[in-house]
Amino acid sequence: MQHETIVGLETHAELLTETKLFCGCLNRFGASPNTLACPVCLGLPGVLPVINKKGFETALKAALALHCQINQFTTFDRKNYYYPDLPKNYQISQNYLNLGINGYLEIKYGGNKKRICIHNVHLEEEAGKLIHPESALGGGEDYSLVDFNRAGVPLLEIVTYPDMRGLEEVEAYMNTLKNVLLYTEVSDCKMQEGSLRFEASISLRPIGQEKLGNRVEIKNLNSMKAVLKALEYEMRRQKEVLESGETVSMETRLWSEPNERTERMRTKEEAHDYRYFPEPDLTPAVVEDRWLEKQRATLPELPLARRERFVAKYGLSDYDAGVLTEDKALADYFERCVTLHHSPKAVCNWVTNYVQRELNERRLEIKDFPVSPEMLVELVRLAETGDVSMPVAKEVFVEMVDTRKKAPQIVQERGLLQISDRAELESIIQEVIAENPNALADYKKGKKTALTFLVGQIMRKTKGKANPQMVNELLKKKLEAG
Amino acid sequence: MAVIDKKTIEHVALLARLELSEEEKELFVSQLGDILTYIEKLKELDTSKVEPMAYATATTNVFREDVPTPSLKLEEVLKNAPAKFQDFFKVPKVIE
Ligand SMILES: [Zn+2]
Repeated sequence: MQHETIVGLETHAELLTETKLFCGCLNRFGASPNTLACPVCLGLPGVLPVINKKGFETALKAALALHCQINQFTTFDRKNYYYPDLPKNYQISQNYLNLGINGYLEIKYGGNKKRICIHNVHLEEEAGKLIHPESALGGGEDYSLVDFNRAGVPLLEIVTYPDMRGLEEVEAYMNTLKNVLLYTEVSDCKMQEGSLRFEASISLRPIGQEKLGNRVEIKNLNSMKAVLKALEYEMRRQKEVLESGETVSMETRLWSEPNERTERMRTKEEAHDYRYFPEPDLTPAVVEDRWLEKQRATLPELPLARRERFVAKYGLSDYDAGVLTEDKALADYFERCVTLHHSPKAVCNWVTNYVQRELNERRLEIKDFPVSPEMLVELVRLAETGDVSMPVAKEVFVEMVDTRKKAPQIVQERGLLQISDRAELESIIQEVIAENPNALADYKKGKKTALTFLVGQIMRKTKGKANPQMVNELLKKKLEAG
Repeated sequence: MAVIDKKTIEHVALLARLELSEEEKELFVSQLGDILTYIEKLKELDTSKVEPMAYATATTNVFREDVPTPSLKLEEVLKNAPAKFQDFFKVPKVIE
């Protein structure tokens, strides 16, 4: 039987603020344990949380970027559960009047475009961080350790409808969402620091069936790759269960990276009775129209819109436009180059090929890239005018990344100017033909590959500096003549 | 008929991490039952034209600026901890 895979995602993103959501402790990763904590975020008795305005506005911006309907009267609620990383034994979250509802995120993959509907976007506080000493400090300890630096950091939760069909859509959704959050400066989305986390729910149903199958939630997904691997595993597992005539049990499973499989969680379902009730310590937030419009006006051009603009305005392929807009900083770099150079396509070629290659190989981010747009364009021009050949230009580029020197300086220091002097080229051609009498004979017998061979030899002799078009032209003339 | 039974009391007690004796369970069945019966009584009022109350006063939009204030010193943070290890709170082992 053919099955359809149905996936929904919950995303947690830590917001880019200076301080925590309800107190003035710094929102900072990597500080020494338990040094960013105060009575409020430690949940000591008698304290009063106060909402961080920047955090609230950042969440609002995200909800707007995800085309949500905004609840202009929004409240906070207590989500009650016991866990050692939660100092108050409840998490301040939103349940009844979420900040944003009924939004969507448009994704593009292959040639397809699709809207993934967002159920809600809401604001809540982070829990602390649990450390299990058997992995951190060695030995099988019978205790866990808690660091409350992260407790109370503003967290945005984005919940989709079960709208994704298959892994391609899931991957496109995660990438697009991450990109939107980066573009809007809502989050730094550093997955390795836990700033961006995903939980997935997945069910299978026979193709053509309306009713959804039993749903399994998957947690402990520490990277996008883990999300995809866990879903792939779960697709296989559920398919086998269904095909053997059994039913999939509704449960929460944990992804085990070392075992490459999902495993049933040991906690009882009973634990998921959160008994939400309105948070009496926080006043409701009322977002007046003017405030809402002001926030809307701060939204930058979003990745997909930018991608489409790159195609329409600069004549780039959709693929190239996608590569460039994947990273806001890279797209900014490209556009800066375009203001300095007449051909967006030429610039795009350099950025998507050579700049990206160096970024990948050196594991650099574009903001730290030693070659500025101005420097790159200068090099592109040298290659264009024929002052340096393309192979030499590529070499010069690598050296620019190594040394931060400008292209003309490198060209001059190393004597890399392209040889475009007719007399000089003719004499080099003469030499090469003399050194390779066989090639000449082959050519006369009609072997056209001999020409390519000779061009290669000339390039070698000139260390790639000979103007290739002129070499071709002059060499042909010479060979024809005799 | 009781509005609340012993099973519910046990469930609520578990969620609140409370250990109750059999006598206490019986007591709370009747006490919580009385409270819920009273709430049922309140529900008889027509509230269809009343806005749900989210907060005790009419105050809204109390915010703070995103400006840091000093955190506690590590010693102070850990001062009330029932158990600690190095710079951390120490808790019973948590495993999923
Ligand atoms: Zn604090």
